[in-house]
Amino acid sequence: MSKVQDYPSRLSDNASRKFETFSYLPAMTDKQIREQVQYIVDQGYNPGVEHTEVENATGNYWYMWKLPMFGETDVDTILAECKACHDANPDNHVRLIGYDNYAQSQGASMVIYRGKGFK
Amino acid sequence: MAKKGYDAGVKEYRDTYWMPEYEPVDTDILACFKITPQPGVPREEVAAAVAAESSTGTWTTVWTDLLTDLDHYKGRAYRIEDVPGSDDAIYAFIAYPIDLFEEGSIVNVLTSLVGNVFGFKALRALRLEDIRFPIAYVMTCGGPPNGIEVERDKMNKYGRPLLGCTIKPKLGLSAKNYGRACYEGLRGGLDFTKDDENVNSQPFMRWRDRFGFVQDAIERAEKETGERKGHYLNVTAPTPEEMYKRAEYAKELGTPIIMHDFFTAGFTANTGLANWCRDNGLLLHIHRAMHAVVDRNPNHGIHFRVLAKCLRLSGGDHMHSGTVVGKLEGDRDSTLGWIDCMRDSFIKEDRSRGIFFDQDFGSMPGMLPVASGGIHVWHMPALVNIFGDNSVLQFGGGTLGHPWGNAAGAAANRVAVEACVEARNAGRELEKESKDILTSAAKHSPELKVAMETWKEIKFEFDTVDKLDIQHK
Repeated sequence: MSKVQDYPSRLSDNASRKFETFSYLPAMTDKQIREQVQYIVDQGYNPGVEHTEVENATGNYWYMWKLPMFGETDVDTILAECKACHDANPDNHVRLIGYDNYAQSQGASMVIYRGKGFK
Repeated sequence: MAKKGYDAGVKEYRDTYWMPEYEPVDTDILACFKITPQPGVPREEVAAAVAAESSTGTWTTVWTDLLTDLDHYKGRAYRIEDVPGSDDAIYAFIAYPIDLFEEGSIVNVLTSLVGNVFGFKALRALRLEDIRFPIAYVMTCGGPPNGIEVERDKMNKYGRPLLGCTIKPKLGLSAKNYGRACYEGLRGGLDFTKDDENVNSQPFMRWRDRFGFVQDAIERAEKETGERKGHYLNVTAPTPEEMYKRAEYAKELGTPIIMHDFFTAGFTANTGLANWCRDNGLLLHIHRAMHAVVDRNPNHGIHFRVLAKCLRLSGGDHMHSGTVVGKLEGDRDSTLGWIDCMRDSFIKEDRSRGIFFDQDFGSMPGMLPVASGGIHVWHMPALVNIFGDNSVLQFGGGTLGHPWGNAAGAAANRVAVEACVEARNAGRELEKESKDILTSAAKHSPELKVAMETWKEIKFEFDTVDKLDIQHK
């Protein structure tokens, strides 16, 4: 039994909360984030930025940061908007959505800046 | 007054039902049968016999034939092809006028097309390879109660395959211990856990007890992880009344998804339950117990792609599709063909994937194919590559068999699937670079590292029994 490791997730520990796709991986490097944003662009998705306080992350809706960037294909512009949202809301989770207007769903959704207390 | 007089006796089928000049119309239901005739029976006669016996005909002329316009209602054998790689089998293409079938009734379509004809003595074997449902017929069917996009929105899962786990042992756990196994899997990072198909309501665990404990597991795991979770509560029951009773209770508990075995329960029960799910906002997971009895023999029965199309019309949001790489049968190209039939709006004829007809589903929602059966973390790169984001990857033993338990097993699979999606999005070739992708992900996940060590050598490399028909001579 000594070799068996405990699974350390706790109700009492806010940092045990996950936030869907990629939240089980370590925070991505800048290069990795660029690759993911490029993927969203390459799929033809419309990028959109959202954010929320970490304790309110479970609902359907987060705060929309401005409007989705319809037709935006420049990775730097998209990343700059994520950063602007983060600078204005430094404690919050900031996620990037890839809206797929053909499927009428989100083709991608990933947290780019993890909120306070999340590594 | 088309015909003059009643002429009793036995006519050759081909006089009436073999129509090589016939051009199918857009509203016809088309079918492709693989026929192995008895020796000496001409191929046109046997194709015509199948057309007759699966539509209006019987073995002898009857006077009441003349009270209707049989030329309108009859099935028409309009084309014959050689089956590649076979000396005696043929493909027969048959067109059925849409008026032959009750609207929205897969039961009725199958009762005609795969009814008495399968026992017909002039055939050694018969297999229904594919059906083209005209859009006019598709529109009379309810289809999936929710569909892929609605499920993603309800469950808040985007840009990756969903992860499931079938709880084992299949039978024998008490309801409370069973709920424990679910909770552990869900808190470790799974989206869904699942009742195994034969978990219904046995003496060791009655359905009502199971539903209650499992719902408790879901709710606690949701609170703990901040993510949405579900468990396919199996409402398959001995009678439709009992099935609805269980479904109502599941709804009362607020659970997001229930489950049904469409083939053992039958299409009548399934279509009814799908309608109920649409009315009540629950997702519907479909298991396919008994399918291999009819779809595995390459010469006799019904091909799985036909069952998949029928189920999509009858209604389901998930359907088991095979894994290609796991312990259960499934040729890769053929699997790609039928998962297209589950998900896509329009599927083009593609013989290299066993698709015999263009199929238009119009605006009917798609189903998520569920890959389940003997898969573990080493299969993840291939699974993500084969199935893409719109799928449920379901690891039973591959979660619960983790040396540290279900939560660790679940976390290992979650880390692996996210690492594979990340790598794919970054343009890496998953199957070629699988070892590297998993190994570097395991550096940050002790759970994944142990899973990889545990299942390193397990492979299921047996030859497929039901292969696509290809020329090999």
